[in-house]
Amino acid sequence: MVLSAIDSASTVLAADAGWTILFTGDNLTRLLGGLWTSVSIAGLALVFGIPLGVVLGALRILRNPVLRAVLRLYLEFFRIIPTLVILFLFYYILPREMGVQVDGETIAVVAFGLWVAAEISDVVRGALISVPEHQIDAGKALGMNGLQLLWYVRLPQSINLMVPATINLAARVIMTTSLLLLISVIDVITVGQQIMEANRMAHPDSAFWVYGFVFLLYFIVCWPLAMIARALEKRAKERNNG
Amino acid sequence: MADSNNSVSNDEILLSVRHLKKSYGDHEVLRDISFDVPRGKVFVLLGPSGSGKSTLIRCLNGLETIQGGTISFKGEPIDGREKTWRRLRTEIGMVFQSYDLFPNLTVAQNILLGPTKVQKRPKDEVERQMDGLLADVQLSEYRDAYPRELSGGQKQRIAIVRALTMNPELMLFDEVTASLDPEMVREVLELMLGLAEHHMTMIVVTHEMEFARRVADTVLFLENGVILERQSGHDFFTHPETDRAKAFLESMAPISDGE
Amino acid sequence: MSWQVIQQALPLFRKAFVLTLELSAIGVALATILGLAIALVREYRVPVASQVCATFEELLRNTPLLIQLFFLYYGFPSIGIKLSAQACAIIGISLLGAAYMSGAFRGGFSGIPTIQVESAKALGLSPLQMIRHVTLPQGLTRSVPAVAANAIFLVKETSVFTVIAVPELTNTARDLIGMYYRTDEYLLMLVVAYAIILIPLSVMLTLLERRVRRGTFGD
Repeated sequence: MVLSAIDSASTVLAADAGWTILFTGDNLTRLLGGLWTSVSIAGLALVFGIPLGVVLGALRILRNPVLRAVLRLYLEFFRIIPTLVILFLFYYILPREMGVQVDGETIAVVAFGLWVAAEISDVVRGALISVPEHQIDAGKALGMNGLQLLWYVRLPQSINLMVPATINLAARVIMTTSLLLLISVIDVITVGQQIMEANRMAHPDSAFWVYGFVFLLYFIVCWPLAMIARALEKRAKERNNG
Repeated sequence: MADSNNSVSNDEILLSVRHLKKSYGDHEVLRDISFDVPRGKVFVLLGPSGSGKSTLIRCLNGLETIQGGTISFKGEPIDGREKTWRRLRTEIGMVFQSYDLFPNLTVAQNILLGPTKVQKRPKDEVERQMDGLLADVQLSEYRDAYPRELSGGQKQRIAIVRALTMNPELMLFDEVTASLDPEMVREVLELMLGLAEHHMTMIVVTHEMEFARRVADTVLFLENGVILERQSGHDFFTHPETDRAKAFLESMAPISDGE
Repeated sequence: MSWQVIQQALPLFRKAFVLTLELSAIGVALATILGLAIALVREYRVPVASQVCATFEELLRNTPLLIQLFFLYYGFPSIGIKLSAQACAIIGISLLGAAYMSGAFRGGFSGIPTIQVESAKALGLSPLQMIRHVTLPQGLTRSVPAVAANAIFLVKETSVFTVIAVPELTNTARDLIGMYYRTDEYLLMLVVAYAIILIPLSVMLTLLERRVRRGTFGD
């Protein structure tokens, strides 16, 4: 057991070890292409989800109890059900209900977009109600109506809370695209698997390197986002205290 | 419209309150409040904390909904709908205790916001008016500063200018000096005294007794949500009628002399 | 929608339900313990260990669980470490969870007002007494909502175990759909199963948030 471990470890470190396949042929470009698929699906979901979420979040501060309950239910559904299950719901039900073939990419954009909208609606609502009540009173005392209060008072004073939370969410969405291989989207992981499959004979240890590399790719994309969000959060906190 | 302007006739009642009631759930904050404010007069609301004076002044701007009674402005009873209040708030200015300048806007943007976006007046006209008012309060140099660059007293004076630029017929002041450092209280009160001299109709909640004595045409003394005493400013401070008012004035007196 | 299909699948789902609960409970427990340890190491700036912990946290928080599991399950055997799918699942969720829990605890500690620490010092408490009587109890109380939110997140993440064929809820549903093509029934059962686990947790979280908010800011 121990011996075989050492044996395998030395294979890994040998000159023509598994990592070389990352750089053979067009493997690297293919992996990066797969990553681009994942990131662009996340990007599209954010592009559709964020505006919808902002509108829903603004509606959630209204006093209409029915509207509030419906929007809360919408949020809780996406909060409680695992994202993977939501993806399956859309994958199996959407094409049938629409009566046409829908590719995995489209399904992912729709499912993730609605999920993003739910999360953003909570971010927006939380930020909007964090604006002190006396600021709202000051706006009202100037005769502003609801939309003017939103546009001139609430939004500008809460945007610095919304931005970092949105960037964090963006990183989460990108990480969640890893699930797309389960609905047959050719993403970075699927490309990795194809490469491993093609080199199974020559490099039986390639899984370690390919998955390690994909792990690194996700980190390289998501970590900077997390750092930016943290810096902005810190700045927002300092400004609110100062 | 035109004939109602500037005629400081002593009879015209600008604001009239009848049997006003305000409660939070079972808790009654204001009970059967009635008074009339003639145009050009200054009313000061006094009373211990918790007496309901701040709630009352907020009711007069529709920031609190009332549970009974009527408020009339320029003879028109207000139906209490948000839309009605919104229209009237452009004619009733209000300044608060906490500095309520919008922190993300410069002084000029703060002042221009209401007149240009709510009243939809032409910007250059409002700017001219603003520049005049800023010069009056000697804050012209802060035109493009952000609120965080101003002292508390400067912020409150800008807040007053912001309200005045809407051309209000009535001004409400809710403890505007309560969170100021003592040395800044004066500059704000002087500005308010100046407004009173120019016959601005004002309702003021304050804890500054000396200022109240000088500015008040009428004092309303509140306790536990009712008006216990109403007197001219001079009489209230020299001959308070009720024991409660006497006790209140004593409690507000400076502790400098004697033991 | 057929009642019969649901009935027939019920025993399988029950088994998967129990497994999901077990894996969640173990994962959350290990993640909490490990996360607290990491948080303390980082809070008290233990040399070297605190840098290692910080790196670990950043790496795991910014990569998907799915790829972490693939790496453990398919990648590690090529360097001679072969683990069962369930072992990978538990290791994966615990490490990921620890990275998140550490953040929750550190947030709790950093929320303690400076005045509290200063008063403790003014009373002459030793550093250890301070940790025991002030920092730890107050920090833990403040962390509770974030820890609970992480726990919910981790329970949901167990659905990803399906990619290494751990027979939990999601995997069971996928298998059944693949075999019998009755999507409606199995998807419904899947959603209901997660709702049974997660709705009570989410209600609990809301109550905890309210209590902690009142407990720490109401005084």
